[in-house]
Amino acid sequence: MDTIDHNRSENAATTDDYNFAYLDEQTKRMVRRSLLKAVAIPGYQVPFGSREMPLSYGWGTGGIQVTASVIGPDDTLKVIDQGADDTTNAVSIRKFFAKTAGIKTTEETEQATVIQTRHRIPETQLKEGQVLVYQVPIPEPLRWLEARETETRKMHALEEYGTMHVRLYEDITRHGKIATSYDYPVIVNDRYLMRPSPIPKFDNPKMDQNPALQLFGAGREKRIYAVPPYTKVKSLDFEDHPFEVQKWDQSCAICRSDNSFLDEVITDDQGGRMFVCSDTDYCQKRVAQQQREKTSNPGEPSV
Amino acid sequence: MNQSHEAPLLTADNVTRYYGEHVGCRGVSFDLWPGEVIGIVGESGSGKTTLLNCTSGRLPPVSGTVQFATRAEGLSDIYEMSEAERRMLMRTDWGFVHQNPRDGLRMAVSAGANIGERLMAIGDRHYGDIRRTAGDWLGKVEFNIDRIDDMPSTFSGGMQQRLQIARNLVTKPRLVFMDEPTGGLDVSVQARLLDLLRVLVDELGLSAILVTHDLAVARLITHRLMVMRRGEVVESGLTDQVLDDPQHPYTQLLVSSILQV
Repeated sequence: MDTIDHNRSENAATTDDYNFAYLDEQTKRMVRRSLLKAVAIPGYQVPFGSREMPLSYGWGTGGIQVTASVIGPDDTLKVIDQGADDTTNAVSIRKFFAKTAGIKTTEETEQATVIQTRHRIPETQLKEGQVLVYQVPIPEPLRWLEARETETRKMHALEEYGTMHVRLYEDITRHGKIATSYDYPVIVNDRYLMRPSPIPKFDNPKMDQNPALQLFGAGREKRIYAVPPYTKVKSLDFEDHPFEVQKWDQSCAICRSDNSFLDEVITDDQGGRMFVCSDTDYCQKRVAQQQREKTSNPGEPSV
Repeated sequence: MNQSHEAPLLTADNVTRYYGEHVGCRGVSFDLWPGEVIGIVGESGSGKTTLLNCTSGRLPPVSGTVQFATRAEGLSDIYEMSEAERRMLMRTDWGFVHQNPRDGLRMAVSAGANIGERLMAIGDRHYGDIRRTAGDWLGKVEFNIDRIDDMPSTFSGGMQQRLQIARNLVTKPRLVFMDEPTGGLDVSVQARLLDLLRVLVDELGLSAILVTHDLAVARLITHRLMVMRRGEVVESGLTDQVLDDPQHPYTQLLVSSILQV
């Protein structure tokens, strides 16, 4: 994570007008100190002096500050938004770092050392040494149950999380099952209640014992928290209503995957629709793989 | 009233609380025995609620002590124990019934969830069990079971108050603090609520500290009475004794102010 500016690539798009990765070194130092504390206390929300960033709140100001503070000249960055590498937000943030830090960027999960994400965890299993940075809109899991910050902090300190189950109880009462489908609350390391940011609950099991370092940044709310590698992350549930992830009857219309998170895409105004992987990199990889197999075994029927 | 227990459940000793220059309550001492209901009466501003808050762990007194007989350690000072212990006590062994049920209820969740909250707070994680217990308690406070999924906002004031009581009693507390539980209810609803309270206190062997300015309420459900004026207890004794034969001039005034119908 050496950020001294001597190794910058000779990319024409880079600029010398900013410090490496936009933030000044004092700010990065401050953010890193918060990150260290966050890693030391998994799931605990550490306040930090969030800066104004050149994008609006809600677009990833927290994530971008965390990324700027952990990224070094040798890192390769991937940015996804709802699983896709090619949406406005993802493209803009990737370009931002390509320009201000001159680092390599990629769309391939395996190649990336730092992955900034909004609303998804990549389908491809992450590995040791990778850092996953989440953009978090609202870090406090107890916020809609208790409006007072002083009180929620006390509830965290005393591990008073019973009210969280009141919400799940209400879900079952109204819908017959736990209907919360994203930003599903988890207990980290058997201690802190944490909001995993608005990822689908489909991704919750991936957080558990993940070899990668998971960092969470909330820019507007000025909070950082973390899940260190190989940490227990348990989704809340009831004994008689255990935690379940979403399932689909269809498989991906492009790559035929039947175990990835699918987006429903409306294709025309006649009610036409299809289900496709939300993780574009994963989907493209599978298609490429299938094509390779087809060309190497022309006699075999396609999958 | 059950006097066979050797130790009091709660002991207040010389409890004093000032608000700046003003006296909230001063030098109040009393013992509450298991199964006993103590009433605190007096006019507005006499320090009833201050005293209730001091004894229920919500407002530290500037001097004096409040001790509660915890299940594990016997009499212990509630302001000496850790905040975690005190809050645990508040949601298990204690109940607090607010005058305005909206202060004590979670208005955005169903009646069942309101009753189940304490159970979930102490670690109950079985939806079916929680719901069954909530249903039982709704029955005990005279609700129709099919209201279990309704929002408290669809209930009348009296129903909300009964729901608040059920929500507090679900963990079988030994001590319930009540701040004007019948205030704001019309007389017939008051009478029903009082009947219900009397039955519950009797069945569960609850102790209670009840604040009221309504002497009729005090007469109906309290065993002993403390009359407060300007932050001090001016007279205390058995309820019937105090009300039938008031000694202090202020108590005499209070008793004689009741409209005889």
